[in-house]
Amino acid sequence: MEALEAVILTIITASTPLLLAATGELVTERSGVLNLGVEGMMIMGAVCSFAAAYTTGSALLGILVGLYAGVATSMLFAFLTQTLMTSQVATGLSLTLLGLGLSGLIGEGFTGLPGVKLESIHIPLLTDIPFIGPILFGQDILVYVSLALIAAVSYVLFHTRIGLVINAVGNNHHSAHALGYGVIRVRYACIGFGGACSGLAGAYLALAYTPQWIENMSAGRGWIALALVVFSTWLPGRLLIGAYLFGTVWIMGLYVQGLGVGIPSQLLSSLPYLVTIVVLVVISGNRSLIRVNTPAMIGQPFAPER
Amino acid sequence: MKKLIGMVALALAMTFAAGTASAADKLKVGFIYIGPIGDHGWTYAHDQGRLMIEEALGDQVETVYVENVPEGPDAERAIERLARDGAGLIFTTSFGYMDPTIKVAKRFPDVKFEHATGYKQSENVASYNARFHEGRYVIGQIAAQMSESGIAGYIASFPIPEVVMGINAFILGAQTINPDFKLKVVWVNTWFDPGKEADAAKVLIGQGADIITQHTDSTAPLQIAEEEGVLGFGQASDMIHFAPKAQLTAIIDEWGPYYVERAQAILDGTWETANSWTGMSAGTVVMAPYTNMPDDVAAMAADTAAKIASGELNPFAGPVYKQDGTLAVPEGEVMDDGTLAGINWYVQGVDDTLPE
Repeated sequence: MEALEAVILTIITASTPLLLAATGELVTERSGVLNLGVEGMMIMGAVCSFAAAYTTGSALLGILVGLYAGVATSMLFAFLTQTLMTSQVATGLSLTLLGLGLSGLIGEGFTGLPGVKLESIHIPLLTDIPFIGPILFGQDILVYVSLALIAAVSYVLFHTRIGLVINAVGNNHHSAHALGYGVIRVRYACIGFGGACSGLAGAYLALAYTPQWIENMSAGRGWIALALVVFSTWLPGRLLIGAYLFGTVWIMGLYVQGLGVGIPSQLLSSLPYLVTIVVLVVISGNRSLIRVNTPAMIGQPFAPER
Repeated sequence: MKKLIGMVALALAMTFAAGTASAADKLKVGFIYIGPIGDHGWTYAHDQGRLMIEEALGDQVETVYVENVPEGPDAERAIERLARDGAGLIFTTSFGYMDPTIKVAKRFPDVKFEHATGYKQSENVASYNARFHEGRYVIGQIAAQMSESGIAGYIASFPIPEVVMGINAFILGAQTINPDFKLKVVWVNTWFDPGKEADAAKVLIGQGADIITQHTDSTAPLQIAEEEGVLGFGQASDMIHFAPKAQLTAIIDEWGPYYVERAQAILDGTWETANSWTGMSAGTVVMAPYTNMPDDVAAMAADTAAKIASGELNPFAGPVYKQDGTLAVPEGEVMDDGTLAGINWYVQGVDDTLPE
């Protein structure tokens, strides 16, 4: 029971940064923008949150700064792609490179310093319930934020006027423009939301996952988040399943090895990718549903006719 | 017009001539790193060696490095780039750079290359390594003394001889204290992913390991050990700042003296290809201060390290049995370096199946 509890806790830790970053990217892509700079925004969030938390001693302030760092990085992308209309793919890739390099520069003075750990919450009685207590009521705040965010995104996208506008912009920006919606404005906002979520994911890495700053510490998690969005066919519910499935298979791979079961470790390391892709492909077998949910305008620039 | 072109060409030629002349005065030493220099582990230790070259040879040398170079085609490009930029000596510091180094070296016969932890040499490619397994034997002994559960967790990168011999040395050391000592191995298939290394540490602790050791490059596993209240070892450099209560000792890589010696050899014109494999006796492998353990354990560890340094003790002295029980090294003999450098099997007592 205790071993199981430890495994579940580790799965939650491994899944949370993926879920956070992917939630933001889902909204960005729903508005018709493909931002390949998730990794760059995430690492900027990580270094800035670490720096802020280390300097002030407050993890919460660190989270806030990480969030803003993600937004600031994403605004650079938004300005380039929406206002100057550069290629989204090229700009997104450069954003990743920029983020990795710049974070190394900012973080130079912070490598090797003991970080501030984001403490888990503790609710008397509830957290003390054996097994389910620590799992349901003993996480750190960002875990709850990640779950609340995906629920909120799901609600907003499909049950509110704002959601309709985002989907309209993503599906046909000319019609949305003709109806009087500010396509560029909506996209700026969605890119910013994506940046905020990636920043939070970065903060989670630097404050909760491994509380320290090391260059390159995101180690490709931004790319996994990007892939999860596509394989979830832009549906928040499936994104949640995908992120946790990935985390579960990832940790189980390590767990099985620790037990000494003779499965090749290379296979176990690639299993999270394989399983997630297969499961998400199977559950999204309905092709017309994929077509309905794929933002038709993804990656296309919009120039309002003057 | 022709005159003008002629003048431009002349000016260019002069600039280039001047450029090469000043470059020839100084030896340019290049380094290719697998991780960031701030990893406080493997790459950090190599970079300390680079700094030592600058300190020791001063104005006679200039050093450059490229960090975060993935093993594979990118490595070849990065090495070639350094060679083109006029480096006279290039250190490539990860196992996976072996073939790219040999390839590039063929195209630049005047440049000398040094590849770490590999086994291929050529006219202008030397290889060098350190006997880290000597340190791992010592920490294996400490682990068996300090563990209450009798289980250690080992976070391993890739199933290459370098890593396998470390695992073997660790368990052989541990068995001298506790013949039933258990070792759980998790392969993370990466040299550097703090998150994944931390996950592996958590999983191993959850499975009963109360000693965590690693053959990956970040400080994350040791930090998890600190957080969870178990013990661990630093890797490649002293990591005591990350785990003041958990680090028992660390195996420190001291590349500096070797780097200085090889750069000096180029300056003197005496450089020759070689296959250097030194350890505690040469000061290439050093143990960090023994902390968080009783005095008698520290004394035992220091004694073992001293015996290894003096050559009195060899971690792979017989009898050594393979995992399946066959005798690999008979009593009274030690494993020869050739066998050790290519080792691809576990000794008895490792609770894992070696990935192919």
